[in-house]
Amino acid sequence: MSEFVFLYRNPPASSLSPQQMQDRMQRWNAWFDDLKRRGALTDRGLPLQHDGGGVVRDKAGTVSDGPFAETKDIVIGFSVVRAERFEGAVALASTCPIYDQDGFIEVRLIARL
Amino acid sequence: MQPDGAFFRRESARLLAALTRIFGVKRSTLAEDVVQETLTAAFEAWRWAGIPEHYSALLMTAAKNRVLDVFRRERTVRKFAPEVSRLIEEEWTMEPSVEELFLPEALRDDELRMMFSCCQPRLKKDAQVALILKNLCGLSVEEIAGAFLDSPAAVEKRLTRAKKALAGSRRLFELTAADFAARLATVHQALYLLFNEGYHSAGADATVRIDMCREALRLVRLLVGHATAATSTTKALAALICLTAARLPGRVDEGGNLRAILQQDRSRWDRSLISEGLELLAESASGVELTAYHVEAAIAGLHASAESADKTSWGEIVSLYDALLTLRPSPVVALNRAIAVAHHKGPARGMDAIRAIRGAGRLSAYPFYPAALGELELRLGRAAAAAGHFEAALRLARNESERRFLRERVTACQAAP
Repeated sequence: MSEFVFLYRNPPASSLSPQQMQDRMQRWNAWFDDLKRRGALTDRGLPLQHDGGGVVRDKAGTVSDGPFAETKDIVIGFSVVRAERFEGAVALASTCPIYDQDGFIEVRLIARL
Repeated sequence: MQPDGAFFRRESARLLAALTRIFGVKRSTLAEDVVQETLTAAFEAWRWAGIPEHYSALLMTAAKNRVLDVFRRERTVRKFAPEVSRLIEEEWTMEPSVEELFLPEALRDDELRMMFSCCQPRLKKDAQVALILKNLCGLSVEEIAGAFLDSPAAVEKRLTRAKKALAGSRRLFELTAADFAARLATVHQALYLLFNEGYHSAGADATVRIDMCREALRLVRLLVGHATAATSTTKALAALICLTAARLPGRVDEGGNLRAILQQDRSRWDRSLISEGLELLAESASGVELTAYHVEAAIAGLHASAESADKTSWGEIVSLYDALLTLRPSPVVALNRAIAVAHHKGPARGMDAIRAIRGAGRLSAYPFYPAALGELELRLGRAAAAAGHFEAALRLARNESERRFLRERVTACQAAP
C-alpha cells in the first residue's frame, strides 16, 4: 500500500449562488465520506483559501499568484490517500466532484525509503 | 438543527436582511458582497470539514466579524444609518452594539423589514416577486430566470431597476407602524403570486417551483408570527397556502404524471399542513374582513377535509365560488365554479354553466378550458366530442406534463364505449 497526496486545483467559487455552493459542499462531503468508508483516506487534509496567499519566487521575496499562468490552477486543498499503486490513486481521484467544477487533482506519491 | 436541501440559501437571505439593515439600503451592494464573502469562506472550509451542527450561529459570527472590519475600515469616511452610526462611534461600544444587531429577534424583524421593503407599492408585481426571490429566498438571477421562464438578462434588468427604486426611497428600512399596515396588502399579493407562480407556472424546473411554494409558506408563517402583521387576512392567506401546499405531494404520481385534484391519491397529502391550514382558517374567520383569500382558503379547506372526491361538499364549494366571483371576477374562477356545478348537479348543468361564462374569450389559450368541456362531454357519453376537446387542449398545452396528462385523456375517450 502506498500513500499519495492529492493537490486539488480549482477556480474561485465567488460567482456561485448559495444553492450551488450548498450542492457542491454536500457532494464534497459525500465524496470524503466515501473515501473514508473504503479505507482510502489517511488524512482528509485541509482546505486552502483562494486569496490571501501566493508563490514566493526568490530571495528578494518576489511574489506571484500561482505556479502556473492561470489563477484557476491555485491549490485549494490537499488530502493524503492510500492506494495500491498510482493507477489505484488515479481511480480514486477520478471520482472526485472537482471535475464538474472546472478543477483537477494533482496526484503525487509520498517519498519513503 | 439538521441542514436541509436549502439551508445555505435561507442563511444567505437572513444575512442579507441583517446586513442591509446595518449598512443601509443605499449600500445594498456592500451588504451583498459581505454575504457572498462570508458564504464563500464557509463553503471553502465546510467542503472539507463537513457542515457543522451550529452552522447558522457560525455564519452569523463570521458575518459579524466582517461587519466589524468594514466599520473599522470605513468609520471615518462613510455614513451609516443614523442609529448605527451612533452605536459605532466608539470602539468600545462597537462590538456589543453589533452583537445586538444580530440577536434572533432583530434578525427576524430584519427579514420582515426586508419583505416589506421589497413590496414597495410603486414597484411592479413581477419586480416585487423577483426581489423577494433574490433577497428573501437567496435565489440567483439564473435561478429566478428559470422559475419565470425568462432570460437571465431580463431578470437582471428588472432587479437592477427595482433596486435603484429602493435605494431612492429614503425611509425604507425604517417603516413606521402606519407604513406597515398600508403595505401589508401588497405583501399579501406578492406572497400569493410567489406561491401561485410556484404551484402553477408551466414548464419551469420542478425543484425550483416547489422551493417557491416552500418559501411562500415560510414567509407567510413569518407574518403570522408577528403581532402587527398577523391580521385575519394574513391568516386567511396562510391557510390558503398551507391547504394548497398540502396537496403538492399528490399532484404528481409515482410515474411523474400530473394528477387532477379528483384523481389524486389523498393519502399522499400532507396531514400536518392540512391541520395547520384548517386551524389558521378557523382563526381567520374572527375578523370582519372577508377577502378572496378567505374564500379561496375555505374552498381549499373543503377539498382538504373531504375523505374522497365523491364525498366533497360540492354545494358549498359552488356557493364559495359565487362569493369569489363577486370578490374577484375572472373567467378562470367562473370555469372552476362550472366544474363544481357539474360535480354537484351533473355534467349537463356544468355544461350550461361553462356556456354562461362571461369573457370566455380570455380563456382561449387556457388548455384546461377545452379540457373541462372534454371531461363533461365524456361524462355525458359523447366520447367523440370529448376527444375533440382534449385534442384542442393538447394543442394549447404549455409543457410536457400537461401534454402527457391530456394525451392520456384522449386515449381514455377512445377506450370509452
